Amino acid sequence: MADNKFAAYICSGCGIGDKIDIGTLEKIAKKEGKMAEVKVHPFLCSTEGVQLISDDIANEAVTHVCIAACSRRAKTEAFYFPTVAMSRANLREGVLWVVAEGDAHDEVRQEMADDYVRMACAEVKKMKLPEGNPNHGGNKRILVVGGGMSGMTSALEAADAGYDVVIVEKQALLGGWGAKLWKRVPFKAPYAEPQDTGVAELAAKVSSHPRIKVYVGSTVAETAGAPGRFNIKIAQDADIVEETVGAIVQATGFTSYDIAKLPELGGGQANVTDQAGLEALAIAANGAAIKRADGKVVESVVFVQCAGQRDDTGKHLPYCSGHCCATSIKQAMYFKDANPDINTVVMYQDLRVPGMGEDFYRSAQDKGVTFTKGRASGVESSGSGCRVSFRDLILDEDTSVEADLVVLATGQVPSAGVDLEAWNPVVMAADGGAEDAKQKKAEMQKISILNLNYRQGPDMPQFKHGFADSHFICFPYETRRTGIYAAGPVRRPMDMLQATEDATGAALKAIQAVENASLGRAAHPRSGDLSFPTARLEGCTQCKRCTVECPFGAIDEDERRFPKFNEERCRRCGTCMGACPVRVISFENYSVDTVGSQIKSVDMPDEFSEKPRILILACENDAYPALDMTGLSRTVYSAFVRVIPVRCLGSVNTIWITDALNAGYDGVMMMGCKKGDDYQCHFVKGSELAHYRMSKIGDTLTQLGLEPERVVTHEVAITDNTRVAQYINDYVAQINEIGMSPMKGFN
Amino acid sequence: MSNQNQQAVARYHNNFLREVEERVEDGDWVKMCMQCGVCAGSCPLGSAWEHTPQKIFMMIRAGKRDEVLKSDAMWMCTSCYNCIVRCPRKLPITHIMHGLANYAHRLDMAPKGQPTRVIAKLFWDNLVKTGRVNELKFSLAMYFKDGFVQGIKNAMAMQSAGLSLVKAKRLNPMEIIGGHKCKDSSGIKKMIARAREIEDRKKGFTS
Repeated sequence: MADNKFAAYICSGCGIGDKIDIGTLEKIAKKEGKMAEVKVHPFLCSTEGVQLISDDIANEAVTHVCIAACSRRAKTEAFYFPTVAMSRANLREGVLWVVAEGDAHDEVRQEMADDYVRMACAEVKKMKLPEGNPNHGGNKRILVVGGGMSGMTSALEAADAGYDVVIVEKQALLGGWGAKLWKRVPFKAPYAEPQDTGVAELAAKVSSHPRIKVYVGSTVAETAGAPGRFNIKIAQDADIVEETVGAIVQATGFTSYDIAKLPELGGGQANVTDQAGLEALAIAANGAAIKRADGKVVESVVFVQCAGQRDDTGKHLPYCSGHCCATSIKQAMYFKDANPDINTVVMYQDLRVPGMGEDFYRSAQDKGVTFTKGRASGVESSGSGCRVSFRDLILDEDTSVEADLVVLATGQVPSAGVDLEAWNPVVMAADGGAEDAKQKKAEMQKISILNLNYRQGPDMPQFKHGFADSHFICFPYETRRTGIYAAGPVRRPMDMLQATEDATGAALKAIQAVENASLGRAAHPRSGDLSFPTARLEGCTQCKRCTVECPFGAIDEDERRFPKFNEERCRRCGTCMGACPVRVISFENYSVDTVGSQIKSVDMPDEFSEKPRILILACENDAYPALDMTGLSRTVYSAFVRVIPVRCLGSVNTIWITDALNAGYDGVMMMGCKKGDDYQCHFVKGSELAHYRMSKIGDTLTQLGLEPERVVTHEVAITDNTRVAQYINDYVAQINEIGMSPMKGFN
Repeated sequence: MSNQNQQAVARYHNNFLREVEERVEDGDWVKMCMQCGVCAGSCPLGSAWEHTPQKIFMMIRAGKRDEVLKSDAMWMCTSCYNCIVRCPRKLPITHIMHGLANYAHRLDMAPKGQPTRVIAKLFWDNLVKTGRVNELKFSLAMYFKDGFVQGIKNAMAMQSAGLSLVKAKRLNPMEIIGGHKCKDSSGIKKMIARAREIEDRKKGFTS
C-alpha cells in the first residue's frame, strides 16, 4: 500500500459551491477520508480543472482519485483517467438538484453532501486499478455453425471484414432451407414477383472464399474453452478434426412444424402438404403446371394459414412464425403465374406481411389470388381432392371450399439443441446414480448442437418457446453464453431477408467478442470493462452457488471442485459476488468491501435526531440513471437517503443489508430492473435472483428484532424518474411511521 | 328471372367475382379489398346497411350472387365519399356501390319499390325526355308514385313550400305543359343511345 497516493478533487461549479459549504467537504475528505491531497476547483471539468488532476497523476504520483462533482454518469470524457482508480461523489444530481430549495434544508443538504464525500473516499481506498484479465486467449477466428442462408451470410460478412471463418454444416451441401425453395419472397423493389433465391451463388462464394474453411457433412462434437480460445472438435464421418476459434455464430435454423400433429387439418392425407412440400412440387414442375403427388395437375388450391400456430389451446405452437403469410402469397403466385385460371385461396385470420410485404400482398390480389378471412376447422378428402370447412370471419358463417390441394402453413420450430431446463434435473438424477436418468441424458445429448462442456449444460439457455436468444428487443443476437451469438430462425421466427440481416449483426457481435477477448476485456453490456472476478479459494466452501447462479454459465468446476471462472465468458455483473455466502469473490474495483465500506462510512445521527438514514442500492443500468434524471428534472426527494450504485441487483450480497441495519440505517431500498418473463435486467437473471434472495432475508430481520418493512425492493425502469422520487418519499414517510431503528448507537 | 339475368348466369357459371369485374363499373377493384373494415366504420349510414361495403366485397368473392344483387345495401349509399377518402387500398367504393346498384337494376334483381331505385328511375326518365330535368313534373311524379290519394296528401303537405317557390319565381306552373327543352333533344337521345351501345358491348351484354 506504500505506493498508493489518494487525492480528492472537489468541484464548486454548477452552483454546488453556492448551496454546499465546500470548506466542510474539504475537511471531511482530509480528516475522515484521509486523502493525502484535497483540492477545490470552481470548474473541475474544464480543461484547466482536468489538467490539475492529470498533473497530479503525472507529477505527484497520485494513484487513487476521488472526484466530488457531478454524477459518475456525467462528464465521463473529461474525467477519463485510465491509469488510476477513481470514485465519484455525486454532489450535483445526487444532492444539489434533488434536495428542496431554501435555508430550511441547508442542514440536511450539507449532511447529504458530507456523506457522499465520505462514501467516495471510503470506496476509492478499497479500489484497485483494473488491469485486465492476463489469462486470455487471442484467437480471432469465427466458427459458424449452420450453412444455410444465415450461416453463409454470417461467414461471408465476417470473412469480408477480415476474419478467418470456419463453417460447419450437417448436410452434404451448403444451402439449408434456402436450397429447397423454388423462389423466394421478393427482397427488392417493386416487391411484386417471387425472386430467385440466389442460394447456389452464395454457396459458391462461400466455398471459394480464401478466408472461409468449409466442413460439410459435419457436426460439432465438442465445444470447450471461452471467447478467444474455444477448442472445437468437428465430427466428419468417423473422423474428429480440431479447430481453435475465438467466437461462435450459431445459425442452426429451424425445422418445419410436423403436419402429422395436425390430423384435424388433414395432416397425413395424400392431398394435404405443408409449405416445404409445395416447394418440392414447384421445383419438380420447374415453372410449368404444378402437379400433385399422384400426377394430377392442380386446378384449385387452398392455403390454410396459422396451421398449428398462434394456438391458445396449448397443443401447438403458441407464436406466429412471421414468414408464412408472405410464403403462401409467393406459393399462390406459383400457380397464378403458370395459369391465371387456377383458383387459389389464401385462408387467413390476420394477414401479416412484415417489411415490404404489403406491396407483395397487393400484387397477389392483382393477380387474382383470393384472400378469405376465415378459420379452418377441418380438412377431409372429397372426390379427387379435399374439402376445407371453415368459419368465414367476415360473413360470420360456417362454410366450405373444395380444392385439389391443401397447403398448411405450419410454423418454424427452432433447432436450438438441448433444453437446459429439462436437462439439469436429468443430470442431477444421473449424477445421483439413477440408470434410467443416465440413459435419458445420453439420449438428450444426441440433439445437442454445440456440445458445450460447460457445467450448466451442452447448449445455450433457451428464451421463449425454445428459441436461443436472451432478449428479442434489447440485445438481439446476445445469448446467455458469452462469445456465442445466435442468428436467424434459431433466435426468433423470421423470413429469409430478416435472417440475412440477423446474420450480419451476429457476425459483428462475434467480431466484437474476439477483439474484446484478445484485450482481456468484457463484452456486452459492460463492453470494455477490464475488471474480472477473482476468488480467494482458500476461503471457498465449495457450495457451488456461484457456478449455478451465474446467468452466463461462465463458471465451471476445476478438478478439486473449486469454481473455475473462465473470465472471458464473464460479463462482470457480479452475480457470483452477490451469491457467495463466504464473500470470497471480488473484482478489483468492485467488491464486498468497496460497497461495505461506503455503507459504514456514513455518519449516523442518533435515535432522537429525527433524521432517519435510508440506504438505496440502485442498479447502475436503469435505476441509477433514473435517479440522475430525477435530479435533471429537479424533482425533489428526501435528503435522508444515501444512494450507492451497484452493477446489478444480482451482485448485492446480503452482508451489505445486515451491515447497513447493524450500523443503524432505518431502511434499505433496493432498486433494480424488471424481472420475470418480460425481464429488463441487463444480466438476465440478476434482478430475479436479488428478489429471491431478499425474500429470504425476513429471518435475518427477525433475528435483529426489526420489522420486515425495513428492507424493500422496487422494479425501476430508466424512464421512472418521477416514480422513483415518489417511491423514496413514500418510503421515508413509512419509516417515520414505523419509527427509528433501535440499532443506532451501538457502533 | 329476367332474360339478361339468365344470360349472365349462363355466361359466368358461378364466378361472380369475374362477372363483377367485367360488368360492374369499377368492379375490377373488388379483388384489391384487404378487409380492413375502414369503409364500414366510416359510413355515416353504416348501421342502416344490410351489408357494409366490406361485407359486400367478401360476398362477391364468396360467390353470393343473389344475396348481393338482391340486397338494398348499395342503394343506401348517399355518395358522401368518406369511404373513398379513407380506404387504405384506394378502392373507389362509392363508385363500386353505384355500379353494383346499377347492375342489379339492369338485371331487374334490385328490390322492387326501393325508394332510391324509384327516385333514380323517375329522375332518369324525366331527364332523357328533353335533356333537362323538369322540376315540376319530377316533383309531381314523386308525389304520386304511391297512388293518387297519397299524391294529393303529399301535395297538400308541401303546399306552402310550393307556393313560396312560385312567388320567388323559382317554379313555373306553366312547365306542366311541355316545359322548356334543350336545343337539340333528339341529339341528346342519340348520344345516350350510342353510349349505351358502347357500354353494352364493353360489358358483354351484346356480342
